[in-house]
Amino acid sequence: MNVSIVNTLLEVKDLQVFFKGIKTITALSGISFSIAESETLSLVGETGCGKSVAAHAIMRLLPSEARVKGIVKFRGKNLLELSEKEMVEIRGKEIGIIFQNPSLALNPVYSIGHQLAEPLCVHKKEKKEKALFMAAGALKNMGFANTAEYIRYYPSWCSGGMNQRFLIAASTILGPALLIADEPGKGLDRKRVSELETELKKLKFKNKTALLLISHDLSFVQRLADRVAVMYAGEIVEMADSSSIFEEPLHPYSKGLLNSLPEKGFIPIPGFSPSLSNLPSGCRFYPRCSLRKRHCIENHPDLKKINGRAVRCFLYP
Amino acid sequence: MSPEAAHIESSCITEACTEEYSEKKREISSLNFKFPGELLFKISGRRKGLKGQLNRGGIFLFVFFLFMALFPSFLAPYAPNERFTPYKEPSWDHFLGTNDIGNDIFSELVYGSRISMTVGFAAALVSTLIGAILGICAGYFRGALDELLMGFTDVVLIIPKIPLIIVLGAYLQPSIWILIPVLGLLSWESTARVTRSKTLQLREAGYVKSARCMGFSSWHIMSTDIFPNLYNVLLPKFMLATASAMISEASLSFLGLSDISMKSWGTMLSFAFFRGGFIRDMWWWYTPPGICITLCIISIALIGFGLETQGKEHVREGADAM
Repeated sequence: MNVSIVNTLLEVKDLQVFFKGIKTITALSGISFSIAESETLSLVGETGCGKSVAAHAIMRLLPSEARVKGIVKFRGKNLLELSEKEMVEIRGKEIGIIFQNPSLALNPVYSIGHQLAEPLCVHKKEKKEKALFMAAGALKNMGFANTAEYIRYYPSWCSGGMNQRFLIAASTILGPALLIADEPGKGLDRKRVSELETELKKLKFKNKTALLLISHDLSFVQRLADRVAVMYAGEIVEMADSSSIFEEPLHPYSKGLLNSLPEKGFIPIPGFSPSLSNLPSGCRFYPRCSLRKRHCIENHPDLKKINGRAVRCFLYP
Repeated sequence: MSPEAAHIESSCITEACTEEYSEKKREISSLNFKFPGELLFKISGRRKGLKGQLNRGGIFLFVFFLFMALFPSFLAPYAPNERFTPYKEPSWDHFLGTNDIGNDIFSELVYGSRISMTVGFAAALVSTLIGAILGICAGYFRGALDELLMGFTDVVLIIPKIPLIIVLGAYLQPSIWILIPVLGLLSWESTARVTRSKTLQLREAGYVKSARCMGFSSWHIMSTDIFPNLYNVLLPKFMLATASAMISEASLSFLGLSDISMKSWGTMLSFAFFRGGFIRDMWWWYTPPGICITLCIISIALIGFGLETQGKEHVREGADAM
């Protein structure tokens, strides 16, 4: 599926995030990417490489200890410079987010129907009854049969997978232009994941929703994403079309990630990712790289463009 | 699925939705959203052992006193201002005898529960509301506002309460409508502190974050997402504040700083003391109000402690408030 890039919806330029503490932790060191309308960009990488931090930085949800630098342009406005009031207008209506932990992300004292209807009541000034009806419709889209029953349920009565789907319904009910999905397939079985996939695709065609997909599940990413950015230790090491990255990965880390998939041999990458408070001066991947040279230990590689894709490695001049 | 097909399908769904809407409207409106009864479960405290029994005993006593305050005419044989022969001993006509001006003491006791409990609950409501609002604001916005509000709380915390209330009571006309705001305004600090600490914990919770992501305003989040989740902190606080307000009311009334036309239990004690109840050794005059005050406060405190131990973390603050 090739979507020609017409309208850039979100442009992230040189986004840096530090957490000030006893040691300064560099969670993101200058990542840049852009998402066009109805395009799906996926951030992949192992735990702690800064995927969720990037999502939170775009939504301006990071705690006050975090220092954020760079430019996040959404429809020409720099989100990092907006006031909290202007940000309230954008959150939910323009940018939606699905959080990692569904059971924690739903308020325990309200019923599902109330929580789904609330954004409609607040943003679109719908009447409560109509909003509830639309909430029931959204639940029907998420594959629930007996919706009148489910909108009376409380999050504590439901399983993690059900809560996950409630949460997705809640985030997409306003039809945001950009949806950030932080591990949406987590805790769902194969059938539900494929349903979720159709739902997200439908959303993409219906509302032209762009999707920033953050996931560990590489096969899910392969089926859904148009472009993939591989992240390692707070920077993007490779960015390319979904098809080319899964068929012919360039960076040794991307190769390692793909080789660690069960269907491709289940070979794990040796070692651990570096501590973010003490990053190596050269290439950040060199301690674990099988193809490293003396050159890699001393110099930090730049993200270089090679025929339509970008890679951060000295192997590709 | 091709884009066109998906589009057609989705438009069909929306059409179907709007058609069904009018039909199903009645069905939806008949849905009633009920709280799952956790609150009732917590109050009734279905627990085993001594603690559970104490808790249930507290609830039983409290319901009794509440009944007494709400429907005094069921229990009291006479109106509180009806006059008989003064200084009579207990008899079948007058369970607890009569006082210095000939009022039936039992009727006076029953009607006095109204005043005592009104002052207790109203003052607790004022203090809990102020404490909750300040605590939520401080905890949610943090930063300079937090520092300011908590500094103010510390200042209020060191004001000596009883002497101040005595001075105020002496200057203002003694009345429960003065007493309620004064007691309320001087006892919200511990509620504010506990609320603030719980809010600090809740503002990092996933649902508060996701509410922010839905683009709700701070006011909306504070009132609909944080406040309802504070009930397991605020409810025991409210009960304990009621108990301490009743104690303060009784002690102030005993000191004579109360409205004579609205007799509470403390006022009765005061009258028994100053109008010869103790000298004539009329135990039926001065013991019943004391016993009533004690039992009522114990029942409220037992409920409060029962609620608090279910919250677990706030046991110590609650004990301190007493």
